[in-house]
Amino acid sequence: MIFGVDVASMLLGGVAAGMVLFIVSVGLSVTMGLMGFVNLAHGGFAMLGGYAIALAMKHWGLGFVPALVFGFVVTAAASVLLERLLYARLYRATELDQVLFTIGLVFMMIASVTLLIGPENQPLALPAILQGQINLGITQYRTYSVVLIVVGIVIVSGLWLGFERTQIGAQIRAAVDNRRMAESLGINIARLFTITFAFGSGMAALGGGLGAEFLGLDPQYALKYLVYFLIVVAVGGLGRVTGVFYAALLIGVLDFVLKKYVPQGGTAFIYALTILLLLWRPQGLFSAKVT
Amino acid sequence: MTPPQAGWADHPAALALAGRHRVRVWEPIPWVLALTFYFAFPKHLGFGTELLVTILFAISLDLVLGYAGIVTLGHAAFFGAGAYTVGMLAKHGIWNEPITGLILAAVVAAAVGLGSGLVLLRTHGLTLLMLTLCTMALLEEAANLAHDYTGGFDGLDSLPIAPLFGVFEFNPLYPKTQYLYVLTVLFVCFVFVRTLVYSPFGQSLTGIRENMLRMHAVGAPVRGRLVLCYALSAAIAGVAGGIWAQANAYVNLGTLGLDRAATVLIILVLGGYGRLYGAFIGAVAYMVLSHFLSKIYPTAWQLGLGLLLVVIALFARNGILGIAEAAVRRLRTPHATL
Repeated sequence: MIFGVDVASMLLGGVAAGMVLFIVSVGLSVTMGLMGFVNLAHGGFAMLGGYAIALAMKHWGLGFVPALVFGFVVTAAASVLLERLLYARLYRATELDQVLFTIGLVFMMIASVTLLIGPENQPLALPAILQGQINLGITQYRTYSVVLIVVGIVIVSGLWLGFERTQIGAQIRAAVDNRRMAESLGINIARLFTITFAFGSGMAALGGGLGAEFLGLDPQYALKYLVYFLIVVAVGGLGRVTGVFYAALLIGVLDFVLKKYVPQGGTAFIYALTILLLLWRPQGLFSAKVT
Repeated sequence: MTPPQAGWADHPAALALAGRHRVRVWEPIPWVLALTFYFAFPKHLGFGTELLVTILFAISLDLVLGYAGIVTLGHAAFFGAGAYTVGMLAKHGIWNEPITGLILAAVVAAAVGLGSGLVLLRTHGLTLLMLTLCTMALLEEAANLAHDYTGGFDGLDSLPIAPLFGVFEFNPLYPKTQYLYVLTVLFVCFVFVRTLVYSPFGQSLTGIRENMLRMHAVGAPVRGRLVLCYALSAAIAGVAGGIWAQANAYVNLGTLGLDRAATVLIILVLGGYGRLYGAFIGAVAYMVLSHFLSKIYPTAWQLGLGLLLVVIALFARNGILGIAEAAVRRLRTPHATL
């Protein structure tokens, strides 16, 4: 019985972390699948969004939920501006140029935040309802983790419906599978990309705010967790909502369990696993695309 | 279709192609400058040594990135492999002769490059980028875990490196020997890389970069060439790492880190990749700027560096050398219309 409770609480913690990973990474997967754009600045958008949320709560006394909405909107708006002005020029550029451009952008984001706000960690105070423990019947568990799991399930269901059942979702799927064909059919890829890019950056902001409680929030956030976001996207497959979801849960749970039992070698195991998975399925574990 | 003219070998294009590998008049300049530096700034030889090692590392990256067109974020894996080879052999009292130590470092790094290249180079795009990154991160974690052998997070310091030829001591405070030693190794490696890129092998690498499908079609062994190039580049990166460990008499986890891999990429792109001398220009520009700015204004330095990268990616894809080449072309054809 005790063992079962242990396993359950560990799974819950890992799944909660996986949800945050999913919320941040899903936008990256779709924009990379759509345009083939290697966007290493995605973690930067999560960091900026997290800051917008934390600062809005601290200085304007905004509630947690309104602050999340605010962070989503601000980050999405900022990303549209960047996308139209800068990203759009590099769609046909080489991978190397895209990598350099987005690394440069991350550096600028980190430096600007450090200059304007400071290098220290930003505390994000959760509302009282979300703190403390909740009784789940078999075990007591942290309320916030349970809330994260519920929020994550709502978001993944919403995204899945949007992806599979709406016109814009169908357009995105078509463009990911065959961009030229989709363009020939009259789908405006540039507009589609702007919309998904803004939405993906907004989701990253949401993830930055929701995950700040256990991932922390400082300027280095943008690079610190980038490798994790990239691993989730690469393992999940490009442009696949469900693939990214499963990959995020897998990595989240593995990371949580390994950090607890093998605090030394846990990270190495995740890297090794990623290498093996990518060698076995270079297009990602859950991708249907065969090339 | 007309047969080739009798004098086709005298055609300017044929002459230009046949003479591409010849040494240009300006090519000794960097080496003269490097020697001048030795006599002019005896107090800054430590910085000079670091600069020369960086150039060597950037040249190794130029071979895979600039010539073969493999975009990697994990090149520090080989630098670290070389550095740890030298460091561990010296610290555990197995081997501390510098020149053979470097050869061992090259062999180990080449083995890592060959092994990882054989499996990684089957992929491309994001997958390849992630695989190079993860391989490097895995090596870093492994070095961190095996702290009995590698010193873990603290690394290995005060490595007992034997004097060069049994005569010239490596003095960390007054690195005269290190500077000349690194300069010599850099020269040897540079001549090797220069010969390589102008050889038929180097030409086929450029062909693979420009159009892989066509190279397959003409029957070139694309995979084999890429793997070989990756291993050769790894060997040179390993020499750079090994010599860095010898010159500084220590080795730490930073040699395997993403920071070092990203920095060398930035340096190469800043100077101009696929150009041999881009590594020199980029390393000098970056190291001098960072030497003076990063200590005084670390945040402003990062902001400026980011801005520089964005500008290069958007407007100056061939780096400083590319801008210089364009300027020279404009000067030579003053009446050319835009």
